[in-house]
Amino acid sequence: MREIDVGLVSKTIEKLCIEANCALPCDVKKSILDFTETEVSPIAKQILKDIKENFEIAEKENMPICQDTGMALVFLKIGQDVHFVGGSLNDAVNEGVRKGYKKGYLRKSVVSDPIERINTNDNTPAMIYTEIVDGKNVEITVAPKGFGSENMSAVKMLKPSDSLEGVVNFVLETVEKAGANPCPPIVVGVGIGGTFDKVTLLSKKALIRPLNKRNPNPFYKNLEDELLLKINNLGIGPQGLGGKTTALCVNIETLPTHIAGLPCAVNINCHVTRHKTEVI
Amino acid sequence: MQKYINLPLTKDKVLALKAGDRVYLTGEIFTARDAAHKRLCESIEKGEKLPFDINNATIFFVGPTPAKEGQIIGSAGPTTSYRMDSYSPILLKHGLSGMIGKGDRSAAVVEAMKNFGGVYFAAIGGAGALISKCIKKSEVIAYSDLGTEAIRRLYVENMPLFVVIDSLGNNLYKTARKDFKESDF
Ligand code: SF4
Repeated sequence: MREIDVGLVSKTIEKLCIEANCALPCDVKKSILDFTETEVSPIAKQILKDIKENFEIAEKENMPICQDTGMALVFLKIGQDVHFVGGSLNDAVNEGVRKGYKKGYLRKSVVSDPIERINTNDNTPAMIYTEIVDGKNVEITVAPKGFGSENMSAVKMLKPSDSLEGVVNFVLETVEKAGANPCPPIVVGVGIGGTFDKVTLLSKKALIRPLNKRNPNPFYKNLEDELLLKINNLGIGPQGLGGKTTALCVNIETLPTHIAGLPCAVNINCHVTRHKTEVI
Repeated sequence: MQKYINLPLTKDKVLALKAGDRVYLTGEIFTARDAAHKRLCESIEKGEKLPFDINNATIFFVGPTPAKEGQIIGSAGPTTSYRMDSYSPILLKHGLSGMIGKGDRSAAVVEAMKNFGGVYFAAIGGAGALISKCIKKSEVIAYSDLGTEAIRRLYVENMPLFVVIDSLGNNLYKTARKDFKESDF
């Protein structure tokens, strides 16, 4: 058994909120640069260059890459030999978010009730995802999620007879419908299988997998490549102004499912795909 | 075509702008998002005076991050415009000329732009740090209780934009992608 003070969780989250919002992960930066080389439309090329200039300014001046600094998604992989001390874990997570968003001059974009809509003014509560794993460490990932892209996401309970074609069509349909709204170039997280709720979680987890890490199953790796190609043939382009760079990457995550179902979820993220991880 | 435009956007300037133009905008604009739009339209309905002169005005759909010490404004990129679609026609009818956001607009908005002379610009979504550099002044002028959603008067210098929908209803979102579309699904 290892004791971890929840104050350490708080401090780590505070720091990760600021870092994730101001510096884009290397894999995302590299992908944007690579697509700038291959893009054929002059307007699209210019937009991709502006996007590069933007993340460079943000990193240099330690300011948010995008003004939508998101809802704070906090993923905790907790080793089963860990015992938290010093207070409530949930409170500690929210305290970290509260402090990080204040100290980092990040935007407070959370309302306390979906209908009443009053801003909580500290960006809490965080969306907390816990998972119990082996070991005595805690892996903390903070992924600020913007809602321009979240709003364009979708889930569908396909029939088994819809098969692979149904999945491909649903992904393309969702991206086509999203058009310019999620700030393309986008990152597409696809979940297939599981249940109605688990499939959406899969699609969300797919968004925090690095862009240069493919699905280990060759079948799904090929499907990722095929979907990326098809999405980039839709012509939407950066910011929806036409071009070959609509998506930077498609990541697929899967789970076993029921004989009667084929759940599929598409979670869209923008070119500001942010996440930062630390192990304590 | 590249055009340098000084605000306010009088109707003759609106008519001269064409979908596809790269525009650098200089002058005063106003910020408003969902909550501020709701209040503006409620005021119009009640016959109250608006917090700024809407005639020939330009609204930027943005909710910036807080400014640090010594900064004019934080990151300030556009938010998705379709959420303002139910309000924009009312404002266009009362004199609004320009809107800055990202993403396509409804048929009703485009119709109102044609009828009353309006133009819709896209700024690069997600380029909040870059866009903040062309904002030279910022002042909250109304609804300060809304925090990031308050109405601000901004002075911008050479703000880089694209005309996406012009006052004739030409729409770059609909036309531009055709050239790059290789397959349906
Ligand atoms: S979708 Fe992403 S890039 Fe666009 S405004 Fe939201 S967070 Fe920023």
